[in-house]
Amino acid sequence: MNIAVLTKQVPDLVEGVEIDSTGKAVDPDTIRYILSESDDHALEEALLIKERTQAHVEVFSLETGEVRDTLCTALAKGADRVVLIRTGLETPPSNHTAAKIFATVLQGLSFDLILTGVRAIDDLDGSLGGLLAGYLDVPYVGLVRKVELAEGAAVVEKEYPGGYAAELEVKLPAVLGIQAAEQPPRYVPVSRLRQVMKTAKVDEQEATPPEGKAVPVERLFKPEEGAGARMLSGSPEEIARQIADLLSERHLVR
Amino acid sequence: MGNLQPQPTPEHPAVLFPEIADVPQLFRTCIQCGVCSGSCPMGEVMDYPPRKAAMMLAEGRFDEVVSSNTPWLCVACHTCQVRCPSQLLIPDALFPALRSAVMAEGKPMEQDLQKALQNTYLYGNPMGQSPRRRAEWTRTAGVPVPIISQLKRPVDVLWIVECYPSYEPRNQEISRKLAAILNALGVDFAILGHEERCIGDCEWLAGERGLFEMLIERNIEILNKYRFKEILITDPHAYRTLLNIYPKLGGTFRVKHYVQFLTERMGQLKPLLRKKLSSAVTYHDSCCLGRKTGHYDEPRELLRAIPGLKLLEMIQNRESSLCCGGGASTIYLDRYIQERVKDRLADRRVQQAAATKAETLAVACPYEPSRFDDAVKITGLEEKLVVRDIIELLAQSMEIA
Amino acid sequence: MNRDIWVVAEQFQGRLSDITFELLGKGRELARALGVKLAVALIGQDVARFTLELGAADVVYVVDRPELREFTADAYGALLEAGLKDAQPRLVLLGSTSMGLDLLSLVSASANVPCIDNCTRLELKDGALMATSQIYGGKIFAEVALPRTTTLVAVIPGAFPGEAGRVSGQPVVISPPLAPEHPATRTVFRKWIEPPPGDVDITKVPVLVSIGRGIKNAENVPQAQELADLLGGAVSGSRPVIDQGWLPKTRQVGKSGMTVKSKLYLALGISGAPEHVEGMKGAELIVAINTDAQAPIFGVAQYGAVADLFDVIPALTEEIQKRQGSRAA
Repeated sequence: MNIAVLTKQVPDLVEGVEIDSTGKAVDPDTIRYILSESDDHALEEALLIKERTQAHVEVFSLETGEVRDTLCTALAKGADRVVLIRTGLETPPSNHTAAKIFATVLQGLSFDLILTGVRAIDDLDGSLGGLLAGYLDVPYVGLVRKVELAEGAAVVEKEYPGGYAAELEVKLPAVLGIQAAEQPPRYVPVSRLRQVMKTAKVDEQEATPPEGKAVPVERLFKPEEGAGARMLSGSPEEIARQIADLLSERHLVR
Repeated sequence: MGNLQPQPTPEHPAVLFPEIADVPQLFRTCIQCGVCSGSCPMGEVMDYPPRKAAMMLAEGRFDEVVSSNTPWLCVACHTCQVRCPSQLLIPDALFPALRSAVMAEGKPMEQDLQKALQNTYLYGNPMGQSPRRRAEWTRTAGVPVPIISQLKRPVDVLWIVECYPSYEPRNQEISRKLAAILNALGVDFAILGHEERCIGDCEWLAGERGLFEMLIERNIEILNKYRFKEILITDPHAYRTLLNIYPKLGGTFRVKHYVQFLTERMGQLKPLLRKKLSSAVTYHDSCCLGRKTGHYDEPRELLRAIPGLKLLEMIQNRESSLCCGGGASTIYLDRYIQERVKDRLADRRVQQAAATKAETLAVACPYEPSRFDDAVKITGLEEKLVVRDIIELLAQSMEIA
Repeated sequence: MNRDIWVVAEQFQGRLSDITFELLGKGRELARALGVKLAVALIGQDVARFTLELGAADVVYVVDRPELREFTADAYGALLEAGLKDAQPRLVLLGSTSMGLDLLSLVSASANVPCIDNCTRLELKDGALMATSQIYGGKIFAEVALPRTTTLVAVIPGAFPGEAGRVSGQPVVISPPLAPEHPATRTVFRKWIEPPPGDVDITKVPVLVSIGRGIKNAENVPQAQELADLLGGAVSGSRPVIDQGWLPKTRQVGKSGMTVKSKLYLALGISGAPEHVEGMKGAELIVAINTDAQAPIFGVAQYGAVADLFDVIPALTEEIQKRQGSRAA
């Protein structure tokens, strides 16, 4: 059983995201990259499957951001092989471009299961997993919270609103968009991580980015902010009316 | 009762980060007297209280202890360590070794603690706030708070603000008041600002050796860049770590907690304490300032210097003081502990405070204000007791806004 | 090649989802402005009965088969792809939902058409369709000019009003012959997993009526529950409330409880201690009621009122009942 996990780095919102001077992209100088949260869950789920079934887990990432850190952490957690894909691209690609690159890289390799986070905070053009499945012509299920292996298939739980979930059986090979692993991503003690970073082997592979442009962004902008609460006044009935108005505006009173 | 002096900390660097396999040797002089288990405020809820845990480890039953709840319930109050007749390093060595073993085995960890450690790794503070905003609290201080990298000259006092006093709103207020007091006393001081990172007490006691080493290496490097006569700090945990642990790993600095620093300047301070605070106050001896480093008198001296203030003592005070339950990173294990404990330590403590008929509970540790504020609400003592850091009371008497 | 606007209908637990009507409302507006037709792709089993509700559309393409009873991206995606290749609509609107997101990405790749996600605004500007999407957790918005060829857009639920889409009418119903022979289904729906009985997962509830110590005792909790029921939400609380046993632990919001990102967080009698704020500051709309004008909660709420929650809860309950009553009429 061969599992591929695809990860990407996204801007860390703790450090803030600023728009650059062109107004069409985020300012790379202000950005610090970290691993996309649901990709961390995808890795965790892959490792849990590995623990249950002795599967082989490989982690792939395109070269943006502190990818080495993430790939070494994956090795420290138990991944069997990690691959950094060099594209020569200066800025993070759109999901369509990334999916096409991964499709080329993974085609011909015999992965039974490809896991990736179902969404990332900087997604604008769909989710990587679904796009990849489309290019590879394999089945896709997104918002997965549990994966069990059966004969030639995966039995997965797909999340729906209100706490509902659908149990689906998917023929392998397939791509799954992970929402949450069955347990929170495990902790790697820093001493172990530092050790792995000194001795680990991160494979590298070249890939040519495909032709074609993403849907262009006309402009980026920030929403308006206020400082502190807007205070409502009047009698309780008047306050209630104002609150109900706010709710109606947002379609919360339907 | 054993030796009530603050215990010597681990001498040998190897002992600083013991592995669980080292524990039987380190604890070979344990006479199984049970004073530790009897003194432990969490002893009743541990699967294996300290005495039993030490015995089981001596018998090689590592797995049972590591998988129990024991590793996560020690609040590092040091009541056991100051009383142990063999002077064994229970919270300083046994428990970090247990925690380290849990992490090394990749066993699931309490998520709050995991997040705190991950945040410290990424951002240098357990709250997960940007290091660039570490000095934001100074913007509304109303007095100058110089940043040493901008001053470009030596200073008398380097004030290490630490994580909670920098980022946590209740504590930010206290930091601002201290800045005002320092200015009023004409102290030549500066802070590190965004270069400051967690001193590492929590991380060390949580058994995260690699993270602690990373922090201490970096902190020593930063501190060696600048010239200052002494370090001032308000966080007793960090104070103790800087005082006793950093020297073992190459970082020897003169460090003082604010209670020491201000009592040394009592001659200057006293005349500024103009306003009378007619309040009955009781003081909580925090573990790191009390049992671990022996500063029982200075805080009381500061309180007595405030005109009109009446100082009362709780039933457990000084060496017998009751921990608030947040030490050794257990501040991130509140959910875990609460599920197992009927009567939380902080709740018990505020009830002891109220029993003295005091109106104010005075503290000198950044963990205390929010923990005790919370406990006051839960025990329904809101009308009866307020929690104030000694700095706040001094500032009030100095009529600092 | 027609330039129609399509809406992919969504159903859940036997009913058409609200998002369907939200998309219809916006779709109808755009179709009218562009002078084109609005069509609905309705896939499932026993779905013909829904066509009466789809009056906002001009055409409904129905594919009704037993094996399509429950959604799988595989089956629905193949059908949608075939439909797009044949009809080549200008714009296909989907919900940014569990179903919609899967379809959006899969079909974008398999049909080789561009797609945009997280859309909160869609307008015509000088004949061009402009979509605005939110990214980075809503911290940044991106304005995108949609290409003039077939483009898929996934819309955030609640971004467009549903009323505009609830129009009765008689759309033309077509069962397209293009529905391909089903490929051996690679994804099979096995069963629904219901949420565990008893308690609610407050991290998944869109509206939270959250109470603090100001609620004073357990007897007052039902008032909050009534309000929560009206708004389709749940009651949550700050730690003191849970500690007192007035709400179960699963309802606790804050540092040692849950972190919630609800659409509405109504903070009643909650002071806003940092440990609590940590668990709810990500909520989209925070409205706070507290008798203390200095309560820190007002620093994190977008709207607030210094008032007694025991006056505001009944007033708000009544006001909402009035509004919901008049709509049903």
